[in-house]
Order: sequence, then structure tokens, then C-alpha cells
Amino acid sequence: MAALVLERLARRYGEREALSDISLTLESGRTLVVFGPNGAGKTTLLRVLATLLRPHAGEVHVLGAALPQQAWSLRGQVGLLGHEPMLYRELTARENLRYHAALHGVAAERVELLLDAVGLHGRAREPLRTLSRGMVQRVAVARSVLHDPPLLLLDEPYANLDPAAVELVEPLIGPSSGRTRVVCSHDAHAALAEADVVLGLRGGRAALLRPAADVGADEVTELYR
Amino acid sequence: MSAQAAPPAPEQRAPAAAPPVRSVPLGRAVAALLRKELLVELRTLESVPGMSLFAVTTYVVFHFALNRNAVEGDLAAGILWVTLLFAAILGINRLFVTDAEQGGFDGFLLAPVDRTALLLAKATTLLCYLLVLELVAVPAFGALLLGPSLGHALPDLLGVLALGDLGVVAVGTLVSALAVRTRARDLLGALLGLPLLVPVVIGAARASSPLLSYGRHGAPAARWLLTLGLYDLVFGLIVFALFDFLLDD
Repeated sequence: MAALVLERLARRYGEREALSDISLTLESGRTLVVFGPNGAGKTTLLRVLATLLRPHAGEVHVLGAALPQQAWSLRGQVGLLGHEPMLYRELTARENLRYHAALHGVAAERVELLLDAVGLHGRAREPLRTLSRGMVQRVAVARSVLHDPPLLLLDEPYANLDPAAVELVEPLIGPSSGRTRVVCSHDAHAALAEADVVLGLRGGRAALLRPAADVGADEVTELYR
Repeated sequence: MSAQAAPPAPEQRAPAAAPPVRSVPLGRAVAALLRKELLVELRTLESVPGMSLFAVTTYVVFHFALNRNAVEGDLAAGILWVTLLFAAILGINRLFVTDAEQGGFDGFLLAPVDRTALLLAKATTLLCYLLVLELVAVPAFGALLLGPSLGHALPDLLGVLALGDLGVVAVGTLVSALAVRTRARDLLGALLGLPLLVPVVIGAARASSPLLSYGRHGAPAARWLLTLGLYDLVFGLIVFALFDFLLDD
């Protein structure tokens, strides 16, 4: 079954085309890795799939919901981990997660489980502004899976994380999480290792779209030249 | 370029149906949002202390600028309400700033929550700000400028303050949500908010004037209270109708 179906998706910012003519299908439980230089449209693609931006042309189906018409039915089904952690700096990690848990109707016990899972139980009472970037990223990871979403949209999810932290969050957002994932990355070797399908964007257009097994790291590097 | 990873069979192209997610009850969502709003304000103290300090300072400035120890009637009512309005603008300008700067909008929009919850939480937050402001500013006004006794006027004045506050909350929430997505949000909040709030100032000042006069402790004129009530109702409905669109892409 397909979790994502895009047909000639386009999205503009004013006159500038951020995404143009993107068509792809991704099966449930698979990982789509999106490569591309800065400004290629990766973040825009994630925001369209998360229902935060409307597609301006084409058809988009996410988990069976047609966007933008059925965007409401996707609320609570998507976990988005973007450049912004979507957390309040003055609140503690626990307060932030409890706030998001309340908005998703999730029990407070899951907050404690996730604080343990990301190794932050001991720092859960400190305001976020006092934590390191890596720690904030771990809280953001916990926030993105708090409601156990079937679809994860991850924009450079391992940014700011040390190798030990990457190991900690892997069961939550990595391939072993069993979720359908769309991952934006610049790290060709690491991302190809966990990809099922590769999309390379350049200037908002699909310059590369193939099963990951058929893509070499050199082809990904070529996108950035 | 349009491309397919692997052309799927027709039956595969039917997208997987997502299991339904139950919407979080409005009351619980509003409570969570309101708790967050008040916690953030308590920790940062970015809005209410500034609003209160501005109001008290303005009364001190009026005290010296008018070169009078006491004011009453229309003048007193005008000074009271114009100062409260300008102080309120400070809070209105910051009402959505934390959400805009720290990704709070996205976090909210991804949750299975009616968007009205955000409107109600923000409006209640602004109302709390105004109540604290008035708790500080009205006694300060009584001590620094007002000639007649504030104690006699207070019971009726509280009703006028409540009606005025509801108007400021309705317009302020709308204006703040509109302005926060622009680069000139501090300017736009005042530019849009002040003209829209002129009827509130007129109605509230006229209703307060007899209460703040020597030897006149009668009730405020019913027509001005009615005007304020009608304004609150109309702008409340306008904000309710428009708020969803303000959060849209």
C-alpha cells in the first residue's frame, strides 16, 4: 500500500517555483531520502507533506488523505522534525513534551518513557535554553514521536547529535522504527544506507528518482555541483 | 522532470488509508495552551511588567505635564482609557511572538486540535494580561491623578473595564495574529489596532466619565454600555470567523 502518492506536485513562493513537477510513490514502512543543495526544495516538500503548506498544483495523497482538502484527517498522523525544534526555550523538556502530549491526547506516562528513551530524564526539569543543541534535538526527536505517528518527516534529523545520541534516537526515528519516513539529508553515505527510494532535488525539480539500490554516492554528490 | 521510483501497479497506487485520530476536546486543548502561555510569561516577564510600568509612568508624566494635582470627569476618563489602550498595545504586539519565533504555530497546527482552541487561549491570555495591568494601573491612576474618590467609582467602573477589556481582547487577538507574520509586526499591531479600538476608547471613556466626576456617582450611561457590548459582540464574531484563515498558509 502506498503511504505517499505525488503527481506533478508544484509549490511556489510568489513568482519563484520552490517545487515543480514532482511525482513519486512511496510504500508504507519505506524510507524516502531526499538530497539536494540548499534551496533545492527539500524543506518545502516536507512542509507540504506535513500540511503546513498547500500544494499549488498536482495531486498529493498522504496516508490516504488528499491534500489540501483532507488535511484535517492527517493531524496527529505525522511526526515532523524540522530545523526548528518546535519547543519553547523557557519551558523545561518535560513541560514542553507534556504540552505537546496534551495537544495530541497522549498520556503523560509516555512523556516519561520518551525522556528515558532519549536519555534526558536527569535534565528534564531544566529550561530548554540551558540545554545544549544536541540535547534540544533529542527533546525534539521525543516530541516528533510522542503521538506514535505512522509517518515521519525528518529534516536532517541527526544534526547536532553525537554518535551516542544517534544510537539513542535510532529506535525512535531510524529505519528500525518501522514507520514510513521521508528524510532530508546531505550525508550521502549514511542516508543511502537507510534509504529505499532516493529523490534528488535541484532547483525544485526531481533530478534523480530511483530505488536506493540503484544509486551511488557519486550520483548524489553530483547533485551539489 | 516527472519520475517514478518504480511504476506501481494500479492497485498499489491506492494510498494506504490512515487510521482515524480522535480530535482532542476543545476544553483540554485550551487548558494546555493557556497553561503554556502563562508559564512562558511567568518565566520571561516580557509583557505584563512592561505594560504595567508603561501605564504607571504615563500617569506620572500626565501628572507633571498637566501641572495639576487632580483631574476629573471627561479628562480623567480620557487619560485613564488612552493610557490603558497604549499599554494594551504592548501586550497585543507580543501575544503571538513566542509562537512565531519558536515554531509554536507548526507544533499546534500538526496536532488534532480545533484551531478555535488557539483563539480562545490567546484571548484568555490577553484578558489575564489586561486584568493584571488594571490591577496595577487603576489604583495608580487613583493615587496620582484622580480627584474624586476611586472607591466610590470602582463598583461601576469595574463593569466598564470588563466591557472595554472584551473589546480590546477581540480586536487585539485578531490584529496580533495578523501582524505577527509580517516583518513590521510591532508597527502593524499599533497601526491596525489603534483605529479599530477608537470606538472602545470613546464608549469606555464616555461611560466612565460620570463615575470619575466630583459629586456625580450615578451609573454610567446605558447607551455607552450598550455600544461597548455591541462592539464586543460584533468583533468577537468577526475574530471567530476570520481566525482560521489567519493560521492558513
